[in-house]
Amino acid sequence: MSEQERPAVRCRELAYSFHRGRGKGPVVRAVDGVDLEVRPGEVFGLLGPNGAGKTTTIRAITTLLPTARGMVEVFGHDCAAGRTEVRRLLGYVPQALSADAGLTGRENVALFARVFDVARSERAERVAQALAAVDLTEAADRMAGTYSGGMVRRLELAQALVSAPRLLVLDEPTIGLDPIARAGVWERVDAVRRATGMTVLVTTHYMDEADRHCDRIALMDRGRIRALGTPEELKARVRAEDPAQDAPTLDDVFRHFSGRALADDAKEGEFSDVRRTRRTASRVG
Amino acid sequence: MSAAPVAPQAESAEHHGSGPELGLLLVPPRARTGWRVVPARVLAMCTVELQKLRHDRTELYTRAVQPALWLLIFGETFTRLKAIPTGGIPYLDYLAPGIIAQSAMFIAIFYGIMIIWERDSGVLTKLLVTPTPRAALVTGKAFAAGVKAVVQAAVVVLLAAVLGVGMTANPLRLLGVAVAVVLGSAFFSCLSMTIAGIVLTRDRLMGIGQAITMPLFFGSNALYPVDLMPGWLRAVSRANPLSYQVDALRGLLIGTPSHLGLDFGVLALSTAAGITAASALLGRLAR
Repeated sequence: MSEQERPAVRCRELAYSFHRGRGKGPVVRAVDGVDLEVRPGEVFGLLGPNGAGKTTTIRAITTLLPTARGMVEVFGHDCAAGRTEVRRLLGYVPQALSADAGLTGRENVALFARVFDVARSERAERVAQALAAVDLTEAADRMAGTYSGGMVRRLELAQALVSAPRLLVLDEPTIGLDPIARAGVWERVDAVRRATGMTVLVTTHYMDEADRHCDRIALMDRGRIRALGTPEELKARVRAEDPAQDAPTLDDVFRHFSGRALADDAKEGEFSDVRRTRRTASRVG
Repeated sequence: MSAAPVAPQAESAEHHGSGPELGLLLVPPRARTGWRVVPARVLAMCTVELQKLRHDRTELYTRAVQPALWLLIFGETFTRLKAIPTGGIPYLDYLAPGIIAQSAMFIAIFYGIMIIWERDSGVLTKLLVTPTPRAALVTGKAFAAGVKAVVQAAVVVLLAAVLGVGMTANPLRLLGVAVAVVLGSAFFSCLSMTIAGIVLTRDRLMGIGQAITMPLFFGSNALYPVDLMPGWLRAVSRANPLSYQVDALRGLLIGTPSHLGLDFGVLALSTAAGITAASALLGRLAR
């Protein structure tokens, strides 16, 4: 199989456990046997409530968590055996707002150009193109601390794009943003994806976004994938299995496959998950 | 590099809808390999540190207050007391290199707090997902702390010169001073990052930082000659990299007898050990 034909991401029996409460509490299986294949060029959504295992799955794919050999591959490169090769293919936007407030937008992007070995001769131009791709050219020389939440997210996108990644990984990229800013972030993601053909792996709470922007989605709950397919396929399965649902939404799909509503997530999830989500939402808002 | 969290203002839509030129974003950069990786990452981290200092010099000024007080109050008073045998040189001159080392150490010993802050704000996570080996990332951070300390040391040197401390103007010796400050700060920042990797929280690191700073300072030759110390404290001083840094700074700046080969050797080995330990524990912060 050529590199172009290999899955962008392949997880086989991905599992990860940790001790609740920094090693003192009981063992929690955050991810419990996830099998997943993301096709090159698609926008793949990982959906689920707090504590579903989405972020842990993303952390395994981005090499932040140790995995066994053969468990996770990115474009055929094993995340356990070839971490550096995998990282060269990744652009990553974590859930927390991670732009540095003490630097300008341009300096924030230039840092990532440097750590991805962009040659000095093309660094300024490449940084300018990344900023232009997310509509931040005019604000590029302002301190990132003066940016709005949506602009910070777009700046983080520029940081991820400057190395021409083949797989863009977005962990809750629109959490806490207002609808206009959410639309702005997605507009740039869609435009860049159309222009570059890169694969996008995104986690989100927002079912409407997943419905509109994702080619395929996986619904996660309590460490496992409960359903996987295109939004239309999943809705069709619900219609077939439950004739009372004649026009199901993705919320209905989640309820059908997990047995509970997505809105119940306020009661679920590790303390750290909920804290991270609320901290990001509060800083964005 | 610190990561003061971005506190965004209200959303202002900034969309133009035009199709920008993306040509370069379609081509991955050519990867550096082998020995070129570490110097490139060190340069990247140091550049960021200098950019931040350029944007906000408040820290530089506020951190100059404490060494100024040590030199002005402690130094001037003990110079008059003549209580500490310094081999014939004024006590203020004897003290100045110790205060340079101390002010650099005080910055570096809390560097781990920045790492925890970067972990909390997502900056560290993002850097760990770049093709940067952990040792290169830690080395970059350590030398960035060193660059910051050199700028700080320059302020203290100027301050000491204003107070009449007779110091060398030999550029080679001043270069040696910069190297000693960078190595000392690199070691203490690695010590701090190592502790950060063990305790994982800012509050614990603050407590430990406070607890070890003064013993490291008083258990060195920064304020008084080692010969004055009781035997057990002499042993502590011999195991304390700060003593070797002060010895080198004193020899280079004031011209007192020193052991430059041993001093730089110990500082370099300590830094290498610090980088190894901090790199091994860095991953714990990302989980």
